[in-house]
Amino acid sequence: MSFENKEQAEGYWKENLKIMLKLLVVWFVVSYGCGILFIDQLNEITFMGFKLGFWFAQQGAMYVFIALIFIYVKQMNNLDKKYNVEE
Amino acid sequence: MDVQTLTYIIVGLTFAMYIGIAIWARAGSTKEFYVAGGGVPPVMNGMATAADWMSAASFISLAGIVSFTGSDGLVYLLGWTGGYVLLALCMVPYLRKFGKFTVPDFIGDRYYSDTARIVAVVCAIFICFTYIAGQMRGVGVVFSRFLEVEIETGVVIGMAVVFFYAVLGGMKGITYTQVAQYCVLIFAFMVPAIFISVMMTGNPIPQIGFGSEMVDGSGYLLAKLDGLSEELGFGAYTEGRKSTLDVFCITGALMIGTAGLPHVIVRFFTVPKVKDSRISAGWTLVFIGIMYTTIPALSSFARVNMIETINGPTVQMQDGSKVYGQGTSYADAPSWIKNWEKTGLITFDDKNGDGKMFYSGDERNEMKIDRDIMVLANPEIADLPAWVIALVAAGGLAAALSTSAGLLLVISTSVSHDLMKKTLRPDISDKQELMWARGAAAVGIVLAGILGIYPPDFVAAVVAFAFGLAASSLFPAIIMGIFSKKMNKEGAVAGMIVGLVFTAAYIIYFKFVNPAANSPDNWFLGISPEGIGTIGMLVNFGTAFAVSKVTGDVPQDVVDMVDSIRVPKGAGEAHDH
Repeated sequence: MSFENKEQAEGYWKENLKIMLKLLVVWFVVSYGCGILFIDQLNEITFMGFKLGFWFAQQGAMYVFIALIFIYVKQMNNLDKKYNVEE
Repeated sequence: MDVQTLTYIIVGLTFAMYIGIAIWARAGSTKEFYVAGGGVPPVMNGMATAADWMSAASFISLAGIVSFTGSDGLVYLLGWTGGYVLLALCMVPYLRKFGKFTVPDFIGDRYYSDTARIVAVVCAIFICFTYIAGQMRGVGVVFSRFLEVEIETGVVIGMAVVFFYAVLGGMKGITYTQVAQYCVLIFAFMVPAIFISVMMTGNPIPQIGFGSEMVDGSGYLLAKLDGLSEELGFGAYTEGRKSTLDVFCITGALMIGTAGLPHVIVRFFTVPKVKDSRISAGWTLVFIGIMYTTIPALSSFARVNMIETINGPTVQMQDGSKVYGQGTSYADAPSWIKNWEKTGLITFDDKNGDGKMFYSGDERNEMKIDRDIMVLANPEIADLPAWVIALVAAGGLAAALSTSAGLLLVISTSVSHDLMKKTLRPDISDKQELMWARGAAAVGIVLAGILGIYPPDFVAAVVAFAFGLAASSLFPAIIMGIFSKKMNKEGAVAGMIVGLVFTAAYIIYFKFVNPAANSPDNWFLGISPEGIGTIGMLVNFGTAFAVSKVTGDVPQDVVDMVDSIRVPKGAGEAHDH
């Protein structure tokens, strides 16, 4: 184990989970929320020639997915540095 | 030059390139054969993973499916991209740190149990064969339509090429050919999409084009498509028809299934570091996203084009009302209709005897159009140059071959590594293991080819199986293995088996035993067999936690292993197992 003590190890894992869960909430909201559960309500709004719900389901959610992974990479790299566990 | 000569040239060139790469990137050790030596740069791995993942189904069928189902097509678009978020955030970095070669490796070691390993091997092999049958069929269809050879001959040529680079090069050969195949397939997909987008909307970016107004002044494309679809009795294109719960579950099963597919997961074992595996997942989704965000645009373009070619154009009257096409003469039908009629994928039945074709969703309909032809016929429908048509054929082949190779590798490593080396014959040398791997790949190709030549009727039906099984067995086992230190082997094995049996039984009942009952009224809570994997996953989790509560503790060395995979540092050492 590369941590100095047990608290460090637990702290790292807790922060890791926090980053992950936050991003997963966004993931859930844009895909299942905007694209599926509230698609009919969002379809009342027009956005760049699209019904908004339809746009989320067929375009927007995918862009958000990509952004989420890159945000995750950045935050995890910072976290690794903070706890000095990067490779 | 005619289309066929051009197709021979372009397909021939791409095949020569794949074989050239195979000779250059031969595998010398099991580590090179299984994980390309663990030295693939992350961006390149992203490309290879994208090609690995985007199959004949993505390239050939998906735009057609979305085109024919409209808004409900979202289940595939979201399901097959959203799964990568799960993969990237919850699995990839930890599995890379674990640092071995296969998914059954992880499940076997984490649950200190050969039973768990064997269950995982069986799932992996079953998923891969299900999938590969469709790929070989795709190769056959492209060959028979564009090169006018028998489907059998097409499949055999495809088998020979895959055999060459998968057996010779293993993961190393496959990785570099997949990078080349990604370039071919994305180019082949984007060129016609951009052409058509410019022609119909004047915008070269299809993603924006399909929200724009038509250049012929008939208003917004999607509004027009909604009007056409309603008039013809299909229901509005941008509105869903499936129940929300079912859409929810199908999307879930496809996402979770994607995250549990062994041929995708194993690609992330090939990058040097944990850090690389994270960013590599991001690149993968970028490369997939380029195609997946274009697909819905292409679907809408193709739908309008196809309907107006068959029924005749919509005429905008002075007072703003629209007069829809009432059919066009069959005798003057464009050549693509005649070409595809030969393959039986389009049929025309002149019900009212007026000599005109008419396509609709109600009793007036006279056409039967297979949705699988949409991408392949699209350049012809839009009257694009011959080289674009040839390019699409090469792209379809690249998509089918790259996925086949990735799947074959999982089949071969499952046999040589998980079954032989880890379970039955632990004393074999590296060289012997490599021979087993190559032999298993060879046998795998032959079986896949046979499935492609004599496709069982149920190929389409079993796709639900592949995802359902991955979602209800492998995914929960991997997730619990990483995020719970308390999950023991009894819990995990019970979870996998119960999840698997539940999902398989549901699908088998509705798809094979009693297909007549396969309708929303009879489904459990209105959830279709395609979506039941989501429930299967919940059943797996529930069973696993219940069983683990009343059975023994996890051994300390396994707890230490879980602690170690949660931290990136030291992935290099993990290599030397």
